[in-house]
Amino acid sequence: MGKTLLQKVWDLHTVRQLPTGQTQLFIGLHLVHEVTTPQAFDELRAHGWKVARPDRTFATTDHIIPTRELSRPFLDVMAEDMLASLERNVRDFGIRFAGIGDDRQGIVHVIGPELGLTQPGMTIACGDSHTSTHGAFGAVAFGIGTSQVRDVLASQCLAMEPLKVRRIRVTGRLAPGVYAKDVVLTIIQRLGVRGGTGYAYEYAGDAIERMSMDERMTICNMSIEGGARVGYVNPDETTFTYVEGRPFAPSGDAFDRAKIWWRSIASDPDAAYDDDVEIRAEELTPVVTWGVNPGQSIGIDGKVPTPDSAGADRQAVRDALDYMGLHPGQPIAGMKVDVAFIGSCTNSRLSDLREAARIIRGRHVAASVKALVVPGSVAVSRAAEQEGLADAFRSAGFEWRGAGCSMCLGMNPDKLEGNQVCAASSNRNFKGRQGSPTGRTLLMSPAMVAAAAVAGEVVDVRTLVN
Amino acid sequence: MQTITNVTGRGLPLRGNDIDTDRIMPARFLRAITFEGLEQHLFEDDRKTTRHPFDDPRYAGARVLVVSSNFGCGSSREHAPQALQRWGITVIVGESFAEIFFGNSFMIGLPCVTASSEEIRRLQDLIERSPETELRIDLAAGTCVAGDVRALVSMPANARDAFMKGTWDTTGLLLDRYEEVDATSARLPYVAGF
Repeated sequence: MGKTLLQKVWDLHTVRQLPTGQTQLFIGLHLVHEVTTPQAFDELRAHGWKVARPDRTFATTDHIIPTRELSRPFLDVMAEDMLASLERNVRDFGIRFAGIGDDRQGIVHVIGPELGLTQPGMTIACGDSHTSTHGAFGAVAFGIGTSQVRDVLASQCLAMEPLKVRRIRVTGRLAPGVYAKDVVLTIIQRLGVRGGTGYAYEYAGDAIERMSMDERMTICNMSIEGGARVGYVNPDETTFTYVEGRPFAPSGDAFDRAKIWWRSIASDPDAAYDDDVEIRAEELTPVVTWGVNPGQSIGIDGKVPTPDSAGADRQAVRDALDYMGLHPGQPIAGMKVDVAFIGSCTNSRLSDLREAARIIRGRHVAASVKALVVPGSVAVSRAAEQEGLADAFRSAGFEWRGAGCSMCLGMNPDKLEGNQVCAASSNRNFKGRQGSPTGRTLLMSPAMVAAAAVAGEVVDVRTLVN
Repeated sequence: MQTITNVTGRGLPLRGNDIDTDRIMPARFLRAITFEGLEQHLFEDDRKTTRHPFDDPRYAGARVLVVSSNFGCGSSREHAPQALQRWGITVIVGESFAEIFFGNSFMIGLPCVTASSEEIRRLQDLIERSPETELRIDLAAGTCVAGDVRALVSMPANARDAFMKGTWDTTGLLLDRYEEVDATSARLPYVAGF
């Protein structure tokens, strides 16, 4: 019987079984950002501990930084304190840091892959639930809380419980205008926001194999929205081509040897899975969320449910419709939007911006809409400027911002106001997520956000794709 | 290290599935370099817009939070269980918990135990009817006893044993026998430089 990638990587990183019965797992890469780490560094100081492996630790800043005005000190005193604290911690503990003004700065889940820090076969941890993104490379990557950040800083290890593996095969071809985002939203809708608890999701099938690394990252990124802490894709030539030549990737003969090892850690053809699911790509349409969790979504042609719909959690549907200001059974197409946000660790990479830019060429943002594009990193921003995307967005009426988490979450100056409706390429439509306690989020692909920005309402991007 | 075998206290019922950590602790309150005072902002946005059990004086001083399913989903922010613990919650009984939330709570000595949806409803009904009722959660026996309700509760065996033996603070364990960590990492091709 063969093994899955998860089992192989898990076994290779197992230090020992702890007296608690948990597995002591070595962490190959620890990514650090400003929000979930200050208390962990304080605990290291209190105990007199060092960072065990600064050579396997890398820090950046993304959550709290403004995307418009980066001069210091920040206007927000708390954000300034937070960044100053990280700057002090990386200095005191000798950690590599891509701070403000550094060409490598950006959203932690965008820069890890970009810099070649993220590689197949690694275990990767970060105090952020979207760490699952890095699984796109065939790494076992997961989010942790601050006490676990302390453990990784102090020991480069975690005490973990084993995970089951569910294989999700996406087969067939996606129609034009249907993207990786629609695939993952469909998976979450079908398997539920709790469906992945206790599982790692292995994304497989020919549709996944044809996808670029950016697309695979979008899918793995939202594993946690389906309850799965880990999501991964087996590494292949697409992966190796992406990694080759990046600053922290192996080079020369070492790269060739690395490829042999990376191939060896992929799931065996006869691996056993705890569960197996198939999604037919050709059945998919552009997807939009209508509710207050990422599982509450429908196809763009669909109507929002009623509390009496088959299988509906009556109270949850009633509560979500009420919060969103939707009538039971209303079509989602035509819902007015006030804000359009293209960005976040889910969809802020160069290919996302290219797809959105294709939609807006020759068109203009509706007068009633505030639209912004927030590239995931300084590198994405530069590349987009060089190939004219930034100008295309600006001339179409979008604001072109600096790299950061921005309006995905209400931790920096980019926030919804009142009960604004936001078409968003981000990952969470929770109540209050975008910084206003009554703000409303509709999750969709970047191309769909661009279409909504132009139309001033939710529209089917397929009508705009040539 | 402190052992946790049973908890006794009054309850606080919080109904609703899929309550995410953004609702438990809105992100703007994470802009602080300590966890101190977070309890003042628990469910702050929900509390502005709805009548919320955390504002109900009948539940003041409760220690046992009784929730529905997939509690704590979403963001990995430990600020959520930290705030609940600082507010005074010492155990959470629910239908199910999101994985990262469960792990974060474990790390700070806040046990999360599960019970069937029917028993959760009976506990929530009982607390709403008689908020003065004491709930007693016994980790070894796997029970939650309150008035005439005797619910079976469970948690993964390793986590339960760690609470009962007081070994839930993992850093010390991970730093023990560190030569084994070095040996494991040295065998990894990417650490060795391929």
